[in-house]
Amino acid sequence: MALAAPSRAWAHVQGGEVAGFLSGLQHPISGWDHVLAMVAVGLWGAQLGAPAIWILPVTFPMVMALGGMMGLLGIPLPGVEIGIGFSALVLGALVFAEKRAPLWAAALIVGFFAIFHGHAHGVELPAGQNGLLYSMGFVVATGCLHGVGIGIGLVHRWAAGRVFLRAAGATVAVAGIYFLISALA
Amino acid sequence: MPANRPSTRNRRGRAAAAVALIGLVCPRAEAHLVTTGLGPVYDGIAHLAVSPVDLAVVAVLTLLAAMRGPRQARWLLAVLPASWLLGGFGGLISPIEASLGWATGLSFLLAGALVAADRDLPLPVVLALAGVIGALHGYLTGAALAQTPRAPLELTGTLVALIVLVTLLAGLVVSVRRFAVRVAVRVMGSWIAATGLLVIGWSLRAGSLK
Repeated sequence: MALAAPSRAWAHVQGGEVAGFLSGLQHPISGWDHVLAMVAVGLWGAQLGAPAIWILPVTFPMVMALGGMMGLLGIPLPGVEIGIGFSALVLGALVFAEKRAPLWAAALIVGFFAIFHGHAHGVELPAGQNGLLYSMGFVVATGCLHGVGIGIGLVHRWAAGRVFLRAAGATVAVAGIYFLISALA
Repeated sequence: MPANRPSTRNRRGRAAAAVALIGLVCPRAEAHLVTTGLGPVYDGIAHLAVSPVDLAVVAVLTLLAAMRGPRQARWLLAVLPASWLLGGFGGLISPIEASLGWATGLSFLLAGALVAADRDLPLPVVLALAGVIGALHGYLTGAALAQTPRAPLELTGTLVALIVLVTLLAGLVVSVRRFAVRVAVRVMGSWIAATGLLVIGWSLRAGSLK
């Protein structure tokens, strides 16, 4: 019986801290609104090419953390869910349209929406977790979602890949409309 | 029954003796400190290995210096352990209970943002930053180790691990000159800076870094 039903072993790891890191890692992937928007950042960066391909994923987590800090401190930000819905809609539309924007404008758009995502996460952060490890997991997961987007976005080198990317952008935009309607309902 | 096989009574007696021995020689429980059973130097090495705050700080300072080239990396190899040692002795001599979570977050934010920005920084600026942050985290390490009986040896172990970590990471960053590696380092810097911002938020909300 003991062998058949063992509890999980966290060898050499402090239990509370693991809970913090894993909770942080799971938080950004717990909602499709966040996942699609962050993947879309990577997709758009890949379409724009260097240096946007890595400037955008550097910008997003830092500005998102600023929004997260605002949420943690209880600083109100109106229309957070609407902003998140718009982020998926706008970023998806930009990928669909293969819109070429100057680097500063692309970073501004991405940074603007990152505030809403960060604030939503900051308000939702659970009490009793290890703040540092939670934050590390949270940021790493966000960066990995951008990495997924960049990885997928690299298919734009091929003609069929560009069509696929535009279809992916359209899908994210449609999902954004759904998130927007849900937020307004 | 074979003649050389111990009887059931003997086996039970040996098991009871073993349990009693384990109970008598077991080490003290020390929260947040690592007891490897290999001695205080190894405990100090393990302390750094399981302290994500210290690991991240050492990593980001090493990345910052190594991105500027081998000269800055060599200087860091001297300055960071020295400041950590000084701060560590300060922590051993007069440990405080107060949490410095906001300062940890600030060091993450500052050093991470500089790595992400990848601007040319003069050597004294990098070394001054490493000295201040190293002394702060050394102090926190010393304060945590102060409750152990052989804290100076554990601090020595922590410093050995720190030097090895700085050497390996700096060697990697300095030797690999590919553009993609530089981008990866800058992305890591932005992640550490973002973590620092959130840690400051946590600290200000909770009043301490948990």
